[in-house]
This record gives sequence, C-alpha cells and structure tokens, in this order.
Amino acid sequence: MKSIQNVRTVRIGAGAGYSGDRIEPAIELAEKGELDYLIFECLAERTIAIGQQARRADPQKGYDPLLAERMQAVLKLCADKGVKIITNMGAANPLAAAKKTREIALALGLPDLKIAAVTGDDVLDILLAGDYRIEDNGLQVKSLGDTLISANAYLGAQPIVDALKAGADVVITGRIADPALVLGPLIHEFGWADDDWKTLGQGTLVGHLLECAGQVTGGYFADPGKKDVKDLARLGFPIAEVAADGSAVITKVAGSGGQVTASTCKEQLLYEIHDPRSYFTPDVIADFSQVVIAEIGPDRVAISGGNGRARPATLKTTLGYVDSYVGEGQISYAGPGAQARGQLALDIVKERFAITGVQTGEVRYDLIGVNAIHGAQLSSAANEPYEVRARVTGRTASLREAVRIGNEVETLYTCGPAGGGGATKSAREVIAVLSALLPRELVAPAIHFEEN
Amino acid sequence: MLLRDIAHSRAGDKGDISNISVIAYDLKDYALLEKHLTPERVKAHFTGVVQGDVVRYALPHLGALNFVMQHALGGGVTRSLALDAHGKSLSGAMLSIVLPERE
Repeated sequence: MKSIQNVRTVRIGAGAGYSGDRIEPAIELAEKGELDYLIFECLAERTIAIGQQARRADPQKGYDPLLAERMQAVLKLCADKGVKIITNMGAANPLAAAKKTREIALALGLPDLKIAAVTGDDVLDILLAGDYRIEDNGLQVKSLGDTLISANAYLGAQPIVDALKAGADVVITGRIADPALVLGPLIHEFGWADDDWKTLGQGTLVGHLLECAGQVTGGYFADPGKKDVKDLARLGFPIAEVAADGSAVITKVAGSGGQVTASTCKEQLLYEIHDPRSYFTPDVIADFSQVVIAEIGPDRVAISGGNGRARPATLKTTLGYVDSYVGEGQISYAGPGAQARGQLALDIVKERFAITGVQTGEVRYDLIGVNAIHGAQLSSAANEPYEVRARVTGRTASLREAVRIGNEVETLYTCGPAGGGGATKSAREVIAVLSALLPRELVAPAIHFEEN
Repeated sequence: MLLRDIAHSRAGDKGDISNISVIAYDLKDYALLEKHLTPERVKAHFTGVVQGDVVRYALPHLGALNFVMQHALGGGVTRSLALDAHGKSLSGAMLSIVLPERE
C-alpha cells in the first residue's frame, strides 16, 4: 500500500493488453511502477476455444503461449517488491498455468510464492445438460453438435478477492470479465460491499481504462500532424492510483514513451462501449455516462464520476465452435497499369473457380491499396496507386477446398497478368464464437493453490 | 473541412458490432458534431460496410459522440473474411466525413 499526500491509494499496473503484447513495458512497471498489483489481460473472445483444442492434444497445455516468458520476466521482480500478479493467462487451463508458474518460481528460487488458479468458468457440461439458447441466432446450444469446442462463462471479481484473501501472490484465471482483474484487488483492499453499485461501477471504470494497457498511454492513438505521440517504440504501460472511493489517477512510469492525456483517456473510455449508461459486467452494470476526466499534471489524468446499478442475473457465456474453413491467396502488381492488372487477376480467379468447380460460400475479391479495407464506396475518391496487391479469400466447408483458393491465385504467376509477384497462400480452420446467457447460480468458481 | 480537422476517433469491436467514438479536440466544436453527425449521415457514409442500424450516444461534457453500428464487421470478428476483421481502421473512414466550415 502506497501513500500519497496521506490519501491511501492502491497502485495497479497493466502489463499486457492482449496475448501477444510487448513484455518489456511490464518489466518496466514491475521495476519502477511502485506497484501493489500487476495485471495481465491476455484473453480475446476465441482464445479459450483455441486453447481448449491445444489442451485436448496435450493435457498440460491450453494456457497462454507467452505465460512462461512473461512469468520468467516479472516473477522475481514482483516477489522482491511484494507486487501481486493477477492474470487471465490461464485461458483454457488455469491449473496447468499455475503448475507451470510454480515450476518457474522454484527455478527462480521463490519456493514460498503462493500461486492460485481460479476455475469454474468452463461451463460446457452445464450448458449441454440443459436447454439453453444461443443469443446470436436463437438456436439451441445443442444444435452446434460436434462443432462446439468450448463454453466459458465470464466470472466476476469474487474469486480473485477470495484468492487474495487466502494469501495468493499470483492469481491465474481463465475466462473472467476483463475489468474484474482490477476490480478484484480493489474490493480486496478497500472492502467494498458487493451491492455498493456506485463504487463498483467506478472500480469497473478503472479496470476498463487499464485492460488494454498501452491503448490509454498513447498507443492506438498517434496520427502524425494531428495527434503526435513520442517514443511509441518504448511505450510505457499504464498505472492507476486508486483511492478508497474508486476515483483514480491514470499515469505511467516517468521517462517511458507515450502520453497520458484527457484525449487518450476519452478514446479508451469509449473503446468497445455501446450505451455508456449500461456497460454489462458480472459484478455491476456500470454507467460511464457522467465520467469526469481532468488533466492534473504531466501524464496524470484524474478519473471520477463512474456509477453503476445492480448486476445482471445471468452470466455471459462464450461458445467457441468450428464455423468453417477459409482459403486465401494474394499476389502483387506494380508500375503503370498496376491496378488494371490487379483487377484482371481477380477476374481470372473468379472465372477459374467456376471452371474448376471450387466449392465456396462467401468470397471476397480485394485490391489491397485500392479498396480492400473499406470497400468500393469509401475508396471511390482514391488516386491510382503505384502498386496493388490482389487478394482473394473465401469460405469453404472443408480444409481441402480452402487450399484450392490459394492455389488458383498462385497459378497467376505463370497463367495470369504480366508482372505478378510475391504470391502467398494460406488455408485455415475458422473457430468462431457465439454467446449464451447462464443463470449465475449455476456457475461455481473455485480456487486451487498450486503447491508441492 | 474534414471531421479529422476538429475531432479524433477510435473504433472498437464486439461480435458483428463496431462502435466508433468521435471526440472534439475543443469542446466548443461539440455542437457542430452533434448537429451534423446524425446517425443517418453516418450510416450513409458507411454504405457497403454497415448493414444494420446506427445508434448514436452523446457525452456532451466530454465533447464526444459514440456510434454503435450493427452488422458492421462482415458477420463478426471471428469469422469475417475482411482484411481488417476487427474494423479497427473504420475510425479513419469516419474522420474522412466532410463537414461545413464553422460559422
């Protein structure tokens, strides 16, 4: 617990905003952030389904692929300084992640580190035992049949609070609401009641601002000439100094790259938010509509005014399933007439699919550099570029059929327009997600301490 | 002038829904945003990208609007065939909207 001007605050740093994020900013936070907690948010919507497939192949896998590297980098630093680590890097296998972390702790000479895994988010069996509806299309969950890979409910902050109360130094979860990684330690430190909706809403606001790490400190923000940001190559990740009422100052390590301004905080406040009055989480329906954002010093922004109301009776559950297969091919053209040759390439591939009978569903024909990202209308005013890259991608019912898409693009080398180069091709299985709602009383989180 | 001259923007994704914030650099310009950036105008701008409704939420004290666009991400981030499946670059398209000069 750090103290600034006699106001008791808790300092929480965000060491990752997604699974593949940079690692040095987390080391910088652990070394210089004067933290109480370091969190890592690493779980996108379909990550658990991919992890579940890995786990089926090897029961000791299924957690975040960078878990070991991250723990190697920060575990000793955090242990030496008494910084507790909270992360959802457990993904589809929090128990194996805790075991791996324990091995790393022992190798680093930290046998006393208490490592907790949170389980209970895996609700596949519960869903299959009942009659639950898919929110996206109204069908029964069971209708997914063998394509269903995983079902994980978004847990709230309580299991993190319980693990910290039991003395955990490291808490590793699977699916959990992203802001709960921050709300958990705040409830633990300040003893907030589980129906103090206003304060829980404010704590959720802090969690929301931190969960994407560098996106609040100047990442995903720079627009040269309009919004210049210094030193993005060594972007500092955020720290929240949180007071007992949940109000907070967002800042970063002095001397690190990036910036914390009212503008960076406003952009992140609305990131992935729909109605600002109703941000649904397992802990509270947070209300960000009256949030006050004030710059109080260089790289210091005060955040207050978050609110909330009673939490929902159901927990959102993400279903991972095998949706389809996708094949893709790309090839480049350059110099005078590049765009016309690229267009000819696309037309040829389209005709080839008909001639050779490639079985596709939806197909896209894009000219990268012309219209690939936003389509014909938004791109209509563009000038002809020096170079273009033709891209054909299509959905299929099998991997074998998906492979044929890239093959047809590749044959443009010898059979297509002049000067086609740099062809690439790929084919992959598409794991997609749907959602269902589960009564919260059916979900039973549990805590497991990893010991010898 | 371009919307980019007076505002900044960030796009986020959830399933097949894209939300795009538009934030005035200067609170004095908020009224202009509120007047011209109607949901209808934004939906028309994103013709061919956004297939569903566009709803606008206002945060006047922050100088910000939040547009929530349904069926905007090619069927959803996890199954979209788009080059930018998350629609992260849609903020750039938003800022290309042309506004009348300040009065």
